[in-house]
Amino acid sequence: MITKRIIPCLDVRNGRVVKGKNFEGIQDVSDPVEMARFYNEEGADELVFYDITASVEERGLFTDILTKVASEIFIPLTVGGGINTLEDFDRVLKCGADKVSVNSGAIRNPDIIESAARKYGDQCVVLSMDIKRVDGCFRLFAKGGRENTGIDAVQWAVDGVNRGAGELVVNSIDTDGVKGGFDLELLDEIAARVNVPIIASGGAGKMEDFSELFKHDGMDAGLAASIFHYKEIRIKDLKEYLRTQGVEVRL
Amino acid sequence: MIAIIDYGVGNLFSLAASLKYLEADTKVTNNIEDIKKADRIILPGVGAFEDAIAKLRATGLVDTIMEQTANGKPLLGICLGMQLLFEESHEYGVHEGLGLVKGTIASIDDDLKTEGITDLKVPHIGWNSLSFAEDEPLFKYIKQGDCVYYVHSFYGKDCSESTIASSEYGIRITGAVRNGNVYGTQFHPEKSGQVGLNILRAFLEV
Repeated sequence: MITKRIIPCLDVRNGRVVKGKNFEGIQDVSDPVEMARFYNEEGADELVFYDITASVEERGLFTDILTKVASEIFIPLTVGGGINTLEDFDRVLKCGADKVSVNSGAIRNPDIIESAARKYGDQCVVLSMDIKRVDGCFRLFAKGGRENTGIDAVQWAVDGVNRGAGELVVNSIDTDGVKGGFDLELLDEIAARVNVPIIASGGAGKMEDFSELFKHDGMDAGLAASIFHYKEIRIKDLKEYLRTQGVEVRL
Repeated sequence: MIAIIDYGVGNLFSLAASLKYLEADTKVTNNIEDIKKADRIILPGVGAFEDAIAKLRATGLVDTIMEQTANGKPLLGICLGMQLLFEESHEYGVHEGLGLVKGTIASIDDDLKTEGITDLKVPHIGWNSLSFAEDEPLFKYIKQGDCVYYVHSFYGKDCSESTIASSEYGIRITGAVRNGNVYGTQFHPEKSGQVGLNILRAFLEV
């Protein structure tokens, strides 16, 4: 049986892992290579690295870290952050990434999804979306959740899949950092419209939030950061718990 | 020395890194002499069958690969590299493969539909549990039900005499094949954590 995936996300800035609340008040957590080792041993099914740097020097530092992780951790690695062109895809794939996630880059230039899917395959292209309710509608936000694009987020997901995105990361700004559970209303709405794996992000605070998530059709993976980084939930314990709840997981 | 055949298809970083991690002497190569000298050959691959088989033939290495495997040298095809070992593929047309393993490559989506299964996504992406034939040397370091990582939309069928492992995804997905010294895995051992490393380690010993 195919298993549900548990994915820790590591936001990397200046060679360190950081995680803020509602995308603000970022604070340092730990060394990315050390954390990747830890998560691999804990049974993480995949790792996501977001490069939240701006400068060229920091970008070099990021790819060095990626190469180091990919040389000793043999599970799927997804890289996002600052992906705007095919050259950006190429740069991180050469350092050992398996999938590349696009967010703002795809908003600026939706054709990047199509051209990357054609060059590297659909399975390589992950469309990541930051979504927030505005006047009762799901809107797509850009620039790390700071800017409302006015785009209908559910339609954006459908269009992205039609362009060739092989997976979706659905991140709810409304539930992110709140630890009150995943945004199931949003996730259900997207799952009803697409047929690619959905990685739910934003809002996990306790183990029950994951079992609740996986009761919903079309949910393939749960992604979280701070609850894993601060060891509020251990991935190993979470997977054992999920198994008792009848969820198929890799142990 | 392990020769990883480089024919311009897919990302070889993780495969080379995982063999290096296992302290195997590894060379990523498209040189005939390297393949002749190698103790073992790995044929990787990601992407579409038609493009991949054309690129492999264009390297001029196919005759060497056939000759070396006929002489008993172990070969491991991974993912699309496994599919290339089959007689033919029905991925967007009909394309001839290397014919080292009897069987055809077919669409998962078509076969799920034939079975009336509509709630499974294609590509088949993720960790799936593996059932394998006992006593197969490739699996001597893993347990029944261990999970391996798959990413694919097509799969090997009509290959029961060579099938040594499978996973369930609405239909039986061929997980691994063996015909004598020719091995293939549909899943990615280089992305399957410790279980995958154990499978690669076993291949280094066959």
